[in-house]
Amino acid sequence: MAGMTVAEKILSRHAGRPVTADELTVIDVDAAMMSDTTAPLAIKAFREMGGKVPWNPDRTFLVIDHASPAPNERIARLHDIMREFAAETGAVLYDVGEGICHQLMIEDDRVRPGEAFFGADSHTCTYGALGAFATGVGSTDLAAVMLTGKTWLKVPKTIRLEITGSISPGVEAKDLALAMVGKLGFAGATYQAVEICGEALVPMSLDERMTIANLGIEMGAKAALIHPDGLELPYDFDAGAISPDPGARYVRELTIDGSALRPQISKPPRPDATVDIDELVGTKINVAFIGTCVNGRLRDLHAAARILEGKRVAPGVRLMVSAASQKVFLAAANDGTLATLTAAGATFLPSGCGPCVGTHLGVPGDGEVVISTANRNFRGRMGNPEASVYLASPTVVASAAVAGEIVDPIKVVED
Amino acid sequence: MESRFSGNAHVYGDDIDTDRIIAGKYTKTLNLQDLADHVLEDLDVDFRSKLVKGDVLIAGTNFGCGSSREQAPLALKVAGVSAVVSTYFARIFFRNAINIGLPVLEVPDLEAESGDEIEIDLKAGVVRNLTKNTKYRASAMPQVMIDILDQGGLVAYLKKNGTYDASAL
Repeated sequence: MAGMTVAEKILSRHAGRPVTADELTVIDVDAAMMSDTTAPLAIKAFREMGGKVPWNPDRTFLVIDHASPAPNERIARLHDIMREFAAETGAVLYDVGEGICHQLMIEDDRVRPGEAFFGADSHTCTYGALGAFATGVGSTDLAAVMLTGKTWLKVPKTIRLEITGSISPGVEAKDLALAMVGKLGFAGATYQAVEICGEALVPMSLDERMTIANLGIEMGAKAALIHPDGLELPYDFDAGAISPDPGARYVRELTIDGSALRPQISKPPRPDATVDIDELVGTKINVAFIGTCVNGRLRDLHAAARILEGKRVAPGVRLMVSAASQKVFLAAANDGTLATLTAAGATFLPSGCGPCVGTHLGVPGDGEVVISTANRNFRGRMGNPEASVYLASPTVVASAAVAGEIVDPIKVVED
Repeated sequence: MESRFSGNAHVYGDDIDTDRIIAGKYTKTLNLQDLADHVLEDLDVDFRSKLVKGDVLIAGTNFGCGSSREQAPLALKVAGVSAVVSTYFARIFFRNAINIGLPVLEVPDLEAESGDEIEIDLKAGVVRNLTKNTKYRASAMPQVMIDILDQGGLVAYLKKNGTYDASAL
């Protein structure tokens, strides 16, 4: 028998029998998560199904992060539905300001390697950073998980993506992630899992791995599983259970030369419209945004602070920063990063999804150009279809904020 | 669910993401009519006024890519779209559509123009362009999806069956 891919291994354990790519199977689910975009519909569907209490309240998570704090009374009522559901059933609630769902699940030890985690948010694939089979579903699928503790799925085929060499200074995990999306394309991994490995990944922290796995869905992937070589977690885990067997079968094998990689930017309105920064140098910007489930962690704020230390945001440019969680915000306050960024002219937003989903907290104006550390730049994504959004790393976004235009970060550091 | 129906085609292109089907700023509601009022607004501001109940949406590759928001298929369904036919769908959208009882059919080579009359036979898995007198076979769905759609959605399916049956996939 051929060896198994990581997805096949994890799903076999959850199916209670060996399963391989393309098989349909019912699996036991370890945990379920939903946000204020998806929870109200999920709770409604759960009740219509006859559900009273989720199969495992301790591992049912509700996070108020997408429109947080509530921008209007309509959304305030939806938040109350979530609070009431948690109080009634014992499900775990993260309320306004605690952080972005994906940051909280990992930061608060809510997901572990080898688990099957279903979240009603497409960027749930982030937990592949620590070897969980984690995937996004809609509200009704999530309600069904709450009702039964199970779901059905087709075991995905797997693409293997190796990043060779080590990346240069000034090039970050985000650049690798954007390069990966550019290479595979917007639908390049639809219905499939992606295993990501290689020399460039080995020295990366969990934070950086999260940035990379997060963009799995921008290639359509069902799960983005990073091999555990070099992975450090605060507890023991079985690396073999989240590594492929020798002879595992891949539908496609691709390589990216990490050592040749330049900082990457995705042009509007597609995450896979990725180019080297050099092509866009001189593009004027109005708004710079650093944050989100991709790049709102302490390491990202540090990267921005290295650029902005002792400098000021260019006249006419608005720089907004949102820490991915209250813990990240507190750490940034304690180590001086908050002061550095604020002195440079940054405005801090509450920890949450903020302007990335276009509901509130910084909707751009008509014709404005935004450079953002987010994962999506679809038309209208930030709330105004007449604005355009470029995606880049925290270092590149901070550099653009200082220069008022897209610029090679090296130039900003040298100035 | 009605198995055979027809409606006029509204044809759009590739990679229509869920943000364009229903923008994030409109998703936070349980009033489904609010969703329908803004459906496809950032793709075609006139779509809502052109749509007649029962019309069929036809798109190219990767329809529904992006967010997991179930509000996207809900907006289409409540607005009156009877089915979506696409070269292929993004994974989460496809599941969501079936789960809320919106028929979605994968037809790799459909030729249609806006205004063509399209007939869909769900049971047979056949899409006909009555205007052009052409016939296409949709990709087969797993039995579990056929059963969910047949019940009108996942809520009704689970009310009836209680859970998923591994032998009925």
